[in-house]
Amino acid sequence: MATAVPTLGRGAAIGIRSVSKHYGGFAALSDVSLHIEPGEFMTFLGPSGSGKTTTLNLIAGFTDISGGHLDVGGKSVVGVPAHKRNIGVVFQHYALFPHMTVGGNVAYPLSLRRVPAAERTERVKRALEMVKMTDFAHRYPSELSGGQQQRVALARAIVFDPPLLLMDEPLGALDKKLREWLQLEIKRIHRELGTTFVYVTHDQEEALVLSDRIAVFNGGRVEQIGTGRQLYDEPATLFVGRFIGDSTVLRGAARSDGTGTALTIAGETVVTDKRLSGGGVPVMLIRPEKLRLQRRSATGAGDGLNRLAGRISEVIYLGSGSKYEVELADGSTAIVRSPLGDESFAIGDPVDLLFSPADAKLLADDRSADTTLT
Amino acid sequence: MSGSDASTPARSDANPDRGSPRSGGSAGRAALFREGWLLVLPALVVLCAVMAYPLASIAVRSISQPEWGLQNYAWFFGTPVNLTVLQRTFTISAWVTVVCVLCAYPYAYVMTVVGPTLRVVLILCVMVPFWVSGVVRTLSWVLLLQDSGAINSALRGLGLPPVRLIRTQTGVVIGMAQVLLPFMILPMYSVMKGIDLRLVQAARSLGARPSRAFFSVYLPLSLPGVYAGAIIVFILALGFYITPALLGGPRSTMLSTLVQTQVLSLLQWGRGGAMGVVLLVATLVLLALAAPLMRQRHKKTGAR
Ligand SMILES: Nc1ncnc2c1ncn2[C@@H]1O[C@H](COP(=O)(O)OP(=O)(O)OP(=O)(O)O)[C@@H](O)[C@H]1O
Ligand SMILES: [Mg+2]
Repeated sequence: MATAVPTLGRGAAIGIRSVSKHYGGFAALSDVSLHIEPGEFMTFLGPSGSGKTTTLNLIAGFTDISGGHLDVGGKSVVGVPAHKRNIGVVFQHYALFPHMTVGGNVAYPLSLRRVPAAERTERVKRALEMVKMTDFAHRYPSELSGGQQQRVALARAIVFDPPLLLMDEPLGALDKKLREWLQLEIKRIHRELGTTFVYVTHDQEEALVLSDRIAVFNGGRVEQIGTGRQLYDEPATLFVGRFIGDSTVLRGAARSDGTGTALTIAGETVVTDKRLSGGGVPVMLIRPEKLRLQRRSATGAGDGLNRLAGRISEVIYLGSGSKYEVELADGSTAIVRSPLGDESFAIGDPVDLLFSPADAKLLADDRSADTTLT
Repeated sequence: MSGSDASTPARSDANPDRGSPRSGGSAGRAALFREGWLLVLPALVVLCAVMAYPLASIAVRSISQPEWGLQNYAWFFGTPVNLTVLQRTFTISAWVTVVCVLCAYPYAYVMTVVGPTLRVVLILCVMVPFWVSGVVRTLSWVLLLQDSGAINSALRGLGLPPVRLIRTQTGVVIGMAQVLLPFMILPMYSVMKGIDLRLVQAARSLGARPSRAFFSVYLPLSLPGVYAGAIIVFILALGFYITPALLGGPRSTMLSTLVQTQVLSLLQWGRGGAMGVVLLVATLVLLALAAPLMRQRHKKTGAR
């Protein structure tokens, strides 16, 4: 996996092989395998309860794995207690020590490591500079805002130069503006440190902004690992396709032959040149920018294109273009993004939905995907 | 106090020419403060009636009976046994406090980590002694501690030499600590249940082994509960009467026993009052000395 990050040789690789975690009879993680490159920014993305925090806790050593192998920096850490792993952790709830000042908090991991006082002061100063919190060294955590507390927590987690930094929804409790700014800060710090970052979020936009690669979790499994672009363009499962970005899913009576697959939806048939290799009920997934709208009365111009009848049910102006929701004959909703300058439509307009057979992805249906998504 | 009482009802809204009291933060707060005083007034009245009046009456008796003068205090400080007993009262109370802290700390901690059912059981175990009279409890300690009691029988059964517990300071400390334990456990528990255990996890991730994480994070955060419990237990122990009287011997007499002798047996109300005042003043001095220790060194979250 080629990453754009300059690796300074300070980040640790992580190898997770066939790891499972059971709580009583409940499998929080089953057979998770993933490899994280040194210096990579890896994000665990998935809905609530999908096992992201569990995986992070296993890496940090807060809980033991039930089965499988777990390597950090090329060495197995199975059975190694958390305080010997030398891994920085940033929590959603900040976890700053309320009885210590900001400076005391950041110095804490250094005094545990018996760093001499002079060097300690220097390193605390540098870490606070990195998160732009130098002026707050003498304050107590209760005297800081949430964003400031999280920056201090970040300084505390990097001050001892861990080869790996774990972050569990660190920006989850902050408002959008602050979150976006801190995302850029975290990205900058990652670039400057060259440390391996593992970041947990259930916000796909945040994952796309930050990550070299994203691992999509669902129900205690990893559904797919790849760059944001790979996940968007080539989702391996319907779940991934729907979780990353907007999409339209077409379901209907399916028929496959040597040249491709055809779906019949409320009497209209659409085709694609792909066939489902693994079995299961085929559905089509199309990205909003691959769909085109045309007035119902218009004819032609659709040669070789799939065509479905629908009615505009929602119009959203995005500035750079418009987003339409189109209700199809079978009651499902398609999402279309059309660039500025294209013909515009109003709610209630009857339209035809056009797309090329090559732009439709064929994936196995996954009914649970309907219920887990917003 | 009477001045503020009089002005309080007048000020609230009937006085706009004084400048708007709500606009200035400090003025508004001062008003709130005065209204707060009005709210606690009934409680203050009750407190004065049941506490301040008897206290004042005892203080007055200490300088007026049998005649006006400081002769009762002169007698107290001029009689060596009184000073010995005063010192012993503080020593025993200190030991009781130490024993209570050591027993209550793990107990309160366990209360915070167990499941809800077990927690109810543990709280009941703390509360049950409150439902049994102090005399009965102390007498049951007599049965346990006496030379032929359960503890010494057990020791003899194991082939160990017996220990003298009854009529010793050790016996008194044990008995008093058991009676006072709930007053230590409950404030400790209320502080400990507010401690975020994830902070300990954070300390672990930063490189602290479990013992270090406890001493550098959990213990400091639990200290307010320890101080609160220790002060309650220490002050209650200073005035203890029944337990030392029943479990102790002549070498473990506490001040309250001496007061009782003076007042009830010798009808020396003045001397008894002087002893009470001395105990009160000594306690206040000690509290004043301990005050800097208890000042919270960090501000609670939310209090900006
Ligand atoms: N200590 C535990 N005991 C029992 N079950 C647990 C425990 N910790 C987690 N689980 C279960 O494991 C599953 C995965 O939990 P996890 O915390 O990893 O989810 P997550 O992906 O981090 O979700 P979120 O986005 O809500 O934080 C959940 O169903 C959860 O209920
Ligand atoms: Mg989580």
